[in-house]
Amino acid sequence: MNTAAAQTLIEVETCSKAFPLPDGKGEFTVLRDVSVKVGRGEVVALLGRSGSGKSTLLRMMAGLIPASSGTIVSNGVPLRGPNPDVGMVFQSFALLPWLTVIENVELGLEARGVARTERTKRALRAIDLVGLDGFESAYPKELSGGMKQRVGFARALVVEPKVLFLDEPFSALDVLTAENLRGEIDDLWNAGTFPAKSILIVTHNIEEAVFLADRVVVLGANPGRVRGEVLIDLPRPHHRGDDRFKLLVEYLYTVMTNPAMDVTAGPSVMVPGAAQRPAPAKVSAYARELPHVRVGTISGLLELIVETGEPTVEIARLSERLALPMDDLLGILDAAALLEFATIAEGDVTITELGRDYATTTILRSKDLFRQQVLAHAPIIATIVNTLGEKANKTMRADFFLDILDEYYPADEAKRQFSTAVEWARYAELFEYDADEELLYIA
Amino acid sequence: MMQRMIPAPGSLRRLTGFGLADAAVILGALVLLALVARVGAGAFVAFLPPRDVPAISLDPRNLPYYAARSTLRMFIALAASFVFTFAYGYAAARSRYAERVLIPLLDILQSVPVLGFLSITVTGFIALFPGSLLGLEAASIFAIFTSQAWNMAFSFYQSLRTLPTDLSEATAAYGLPVWQRFVRLEVPAGMIGLIWNAMMSFGGGWFFLAASEAISVLNQSYTLPGIGSYVAAAVGARNMPALGYAVLTMAVVIFAVDQLFWRPVLAWADKFRLEQSAAAESPQSWVYDLVRQSRALPQVERLLGPARDALTALLSRAPTTRIRRDVGPRAARTIDRAYTVLLAVVVVALLGLAVHFILSTVGLAEVGRVVVLGALTLVRVVVLLVFASLIWTPIGVTIGFSPRLARVLQPVAQFFASFPANFIFPFATLGFIRLHIPINFGSVLLMALGSQWYILFNSIAGASSIPTDLREMADDVGLHGLQRWRRLIIPGIFSSWVTGGITASGGAWNASIVSEVVTWGSSTLTAAGLGAYIADATAKGDWPRITLGVGMMSIYVVGVNRLVWRPLYALAEKKYHL
Repeated sequence: MNTAAAQTLIEVETCSKAFPLPDGKGEFTVLRDVSVKVGRGEVVALLGRSGSGKSTLLRMMAGLIPASSGTIVSNGVPLRGPNPDVGMVFQSFALLPWLTVIENVELGLEARGVARTERTKRALRAIDLVGLDGFESAYPKELSGGMKQRVGFARALVVEPKVLFLDEPFSALDVLTAENLRGEIDDLWNAGTFPAKSILIVTHNIEEAVFLADRVVVLGANPGRVRGEVLIDLPRPHHRGDDRFKLLVEYLYTVMTNPAMDVTAGPSVMVPGAAQRPAPAKVSAYARELPHVRVGTISGLLELIVETGEPTVEIARLSERLALPMDDLLGILDAAALLEFATIAEGDVTITELGRDYATTTILRSKDLFRQQVLAHAPIIATIVNTLGEKANKTMRADFFLDILDEYYPADEAKRQFSTAVEWARYAELFEYDADEELLYIA
Repeated sequence: MMQRMIPAPGSLRRLTGFGLADAAVILGALVLLALVARVGAGAFVAFLPPRDVPAISLDPRNLPYYAARSTLRMFIALAASFVFTFAYGYAAARSRYAERVLIPLLDILQSVPVLGFLSITVTGFIALFPGSLLGLEAASIFAIFTSQAWNMAFSFYQSLRTLPTDLSEATAAYGLPVWQRFVRLEVPAGMIGLIWNAMMSFGGGWFFLAASEAISVLNQSYTLPGIGSYVAAAVGARNMPALGYAVLTMAVVIFAVDQLFWRPVLAWADKFRLEQSAAAESPQSWVYDLVRQSRALPQVERLLGPARDALTALLSRAPTTRIRRDVGPRAARTIDRAYTVLLAVVVVALLGLAVHFILSTVGLAEVGRVVVLGALTLVRVVVLLVFASLIWTPIGVTIGFSPRLARVLQPVAQFFASFPANFIFPFATLGFIRLHIPINFGSVLLMALGSQWYILFNSIAGASSIPTDLREMADDVGLHGLQRWRRLIIPGIFSSWVTGGITASGGAWNASIVSEVVTWGSSTLTAAGLGAYIADATAKGDWPRITLGVGMMSIYVVGVNRLVWRPLYALAEKKYHL
């Protein structure tokens, strides 16, 4: 089963996706020249951080959104509409609340015009398969999150799709429920009677990817692209206690925390210290984005590292201990690294002297340190401070900066950059923001 | 094995076969059918004015029949509104080009006084069905329709625009054909908002029903048998007892329609709630419970099953939702620009025609006079809103803060809001005549009779939505008196108050057409105002003045909405959203 693509089911060939920026300011590229294959009989994971366009890629392959360029071929046919070969499981379950469990499961069959008796028979079989016997006539609102997602799986599997698409299917569930359901799906797959030929899963959870997948495609961000892929060369089922399993997880953590590192087939050919942060090219201050992190969480994380008593901690261990979604954890680490409170290398995080000082000193001094680091390393904020300082009344409309940010980011992201900048600057007492009047000013 | 021996409750019921609930449901259905057939037949009688005009008998024994005629009209209008809503809302939400015409048009239609173009529709429909009462029936139904359809269509359009992305993607991913997507996702998702909107509009519809059944248009009085024309006849005959019976009948009808129709529909629609968790409090209805207990309905459903499947299969022939290819931004922009120019040309041409028509017939001086009349009516609306707010907001807040009171009195306030105020007008008119109150002031009171209730029940709703912890906090820090109002209550109920104010002011403008001219027997009181102007022009059939009056009122309503209510609404959404 691990052998790569004997027969290709879905093939993405050099696809790009761009969305127009508001007011005709050009385009924002979400994905650039992406090529991915899903072969018969394999489980493929798309692993990437937020902004890597992994969900966009999945939706393009499902035929929900068109590609801007390039072609997608499914089962030998170029895609021009919803992909008939896939069944999709959604992060938010996406169940119609006014239909019962069985009516929800029958939805895809009804759409294909399957006769009523046949429909009921197949739906009951699928409900049985995911362990929801007895819940046929319940409404989704009567079910727990785990149960709802079982309905989601039944709805996808009942149409016997060639490829089962999973869009972060376990991330809306609590840790134990997610673990349970993930294990059951893996068991079903390993039993060899799975109703789908292949599985494609989008995730930002590294352990989940290594546990479920035969092959992990690593996506990079800004713009989204394929960085490379890692073969999970383990016999199924994959055991977490396995040394090779741990090595693979550690390697992927290293890869994910070093955006510039080359991704090779696996940890055996790992080149230590191959890459660090790319040297900052000459770009506008506004284009250097801020990680969307609350100030409090940065010091919270640093304090946690100080408490361990060692300067260096494995990120995988930290993630386990905090039970934080990896995206959130990496965001906090990015912020800590940006402000030189910590350094990140090969899946480890090391606290700096400055970081130790920041985490343990008084509120007033920590604010001073934060302000000093923000001015030095967060160009967006520093530029806004300079611009405000040059004005006689030290006041400017928020629109002015939002318009500039709009030229570098899609509308939503521009707003998020702005609100993160405001949050950091308020904490550092660099400038104030009057939300009613939409004015930025230096007090 | 033990379990097999004891019959489950469900199977027991199956054994008895035919329950009380079944009898009630079947009997109810038969009675309803017979009633509709009997009452509906009345619409097909000959009508050849001025010789052949239906007479209204003031004998109270005829009231049930008249009430049934009126109620049937209301339901036909409601059905028409639903059909219109689905078509119009769907088109506006689905096509970007249609949207840019349909939505502003809806905005304007919502502001045009319904009673103002009654004259146009009555003449039109009578010409459509010569020699039959159907023409008048259609005109009356159309008047009710125009009071319901616009905001129902708007509600449906908005729910289509705010469909949850994941559900929308799921139906696309599973390849649902357009028809199935419509009945499985789009209609259910908008259902609750649509039904609430329909229920409120239906309540308001009684007012227009009463006004449209007996009307003088183009120097001719038309009467359509119904409870509204009964009231008009009673007023003409100065028959106080008959008026009393009419008010009583109306109250019974409103109560019955609420219990037998709206409550069950609301209870049924509760399953279309979009939240995935169980609701704390769901609407209850004894009628709905009765229908659900009966086995007659599932039986009928089973019988109709194959037909429904066949119909679904047929309607699903239409293609699945296709994804649109990315159109080049430049091409799209060129088409957009051409479309904008085209629209602008059409709008300017229409405006030019209207202005030319008015100026060439009545002249500029008349326009100036109508602007002043409009200002007078505007003053009345403002006075009404201020007084209604000062009186009803404190009462509403007191009620809203007590869950027990709110449970009892909220339905009462809603009942008063749907009670047609024009049934009370004759009593007030008599009072004005006896007490020598000038109609210029009295008409404010008349306009308030119908619209003040929106302020009341929105205040109740607003106050009961203020979280308990915020009220406890206010008590804890010792906020009281004016401070409590400024810091807690006014911000807390602001959004609801704005909603109530918009509805009340819309209602007041419409009511001005029937409140600024009132009659009792042969004495008529006329106030100076735009409403009286329109009523007068309509009665005389003076087309240029009708056009001018209705147009001016629309301009006033749209202007006030744009300049006052929109900004207030935006403020409520942004700052005072709880």
